[in-house]
Amino acid sequence: MLMAGIVGYGAYIPIYRIKVEEIAKIWSEDAEAIKHGLGIIEKSVPGRDEDAATIAVEAARRAIKHSGINSGAIGAIYVGSESHPYAVKPTATVVKEAIQANDRMMAADLEFACKAGTAGIQMAMGLVDSGIIKYGMAAGSDTSQGRPGDALEYTASAGGAAFIIGKEKAETIADIIKTVSFTTDTPDFWRREGASFPTHSGRFTGEPGYFRHVTSATKMLLEDTGFKPSDFSYAVFHQPNGKFPRNVAKMLGFTEEQIAPGLMTPIIGNTYSGSSIIGLAATLDVAKPGDRILLTSFGSGAGSDSFAIEVTENIDAKRAKLVKVRDIADAHKKYIDYSTYLKNRNTIKKR
Amino acid sequence: MITMEKPSASLWRKIKPRYNLSGNICKNCSTAYFPPRIVCRKCGRNSKMESMTFSGNGEIISFTEIRVPPDTFRDEAPYTVGVVKLDEGPLVEGHILENGIKIDIGTKVKAAFRKMYVDGEEGPIYYHYKFEPV
Ligand SMILES: [Zn+2]
Repeated sequence: MLMAGIVGYGAYIPIYRIKVEEIAKIWSEDAEAIKHGLGIIEKSVPGRDEDAATIAVEAARRAIKHSGINSGAIGAIYVGSESHPYAVKPTATVVKEAIQANDRMMAADLEFACKAGTAGIQMAMGLVDSGIIKYGMAAGSDTSQGRPGDALEYTASAGGAAFIIGKEKAETIADIIKTVSFTTDTPDFWRREGASFPTHSGRFTGEPGYFRHVTSATKMLLEDTGFKPSDFSYAVFHQPNGKFPRNVAKMLGFTEEQIAPGLMTPIIGNTYSGSSIIGLAATLDVAKPGDRILLTSFGSGAGSDSFAIEVTENIDAKRAKLVKVRDIADAHKKYIDYSTYLKNRNTIKKR
Repeated sequence: MITMEKPSASLWRKIKPRYNLSGNICKNCSTAYFPPRIVCRKCGRNSKMESMTFSGNGEIISFTEIRVPPDTFRDEAPYTVGVVKLDEGPLVEGHILENGIKIDIGTKVKAAFRKMYVDGEEGPIYYHYKFEPV
């Protein structure tokens, strides 16, 4: 059994929202059909002054506050994103400075489409479990872009979460019992250097991409731990839209009730590297000591990381310092029209 | 007015105060400063300066909406800048975020972390605190 667990977490979602109707209007598409097909009603949009680094910082600051630890004790920071602000220059160093962590520190940026955040959690776990560092921070943060007119434009959104991993029994709010990954070379979705928007292999990528990887990783985890779906109070699956996680839960034998607290995509969109871990944060927001949570991420390209997590007694005592995900999602929400959306996303070419 | 300089080693030294509102305090008279000062204005040679990171909490004491911005912020207008009195004492200039809360003199704010300025297509990205009404 692993010793590493979650010591604190935080999430951040920009205040701007655009409704499916507003995007559908521009492309003369049927909003009701899209809402039904994708299981989403609106998505978050970053402000003009927000990017994957500012989102990671805001989430990381909340995680530090929630954890109650001194940021100087963090030994590693990994930031996962597919929209790092720089092609060359780490986001993790910005986060490190903005939370006033110590210069004696390991840091790196990760990219694995939508699962770079959970990959960071695994890396931090290894360093914590081995005793190389006391605490590690893993963040997943994105301001993902969908090509105007593409189906992804309805879902690609902005947000992130940060988790602090440690192993002191008095500090962990949830222990990570087991993690396992399933990885193959599957070019279902990509963005080449210099390209503004990602390309995907069309609408039939779900089976060989999302469903194959999520089910394989989850089944491996269940086999390794001996747990059945009913042994978990909650489950969180990567949420590229509102439909896929519901379908995959059903395929694997999980119920609607188990995935409900963590299903955030219908109201905030797909936050990519933030998606499954914002779902985990929203689930931890309501979990009680003793609850087990299953988490399986998915990143195109492709892979899935699956985790069995058990909530500890410490969770209630730390709640006072927590800003809950659903409160973040509701706070100061501001609806914007399509032209403001284009301006916020810097999609308008001036020359 | 907040100005943006070209990247240089002197600019790197400003990253800490810009990210975290870190200034200093004179332990002799308890006056806090932002940006940090080498010598206390009141105590002179008796200054006992110690670095200090401010909470980022404060209240607006003046503000104005910028409609005709400098070139640096050309695409951002209209936006609001203001002077915030931090809980620890110092007065700090900064951009004030729009989040639906109507602002006035006395409105409470907290520091947020945002992109301030992006230097063209190839230059660096400047991150900075901004104030968010609460
Ligand atoms: Zn003094």
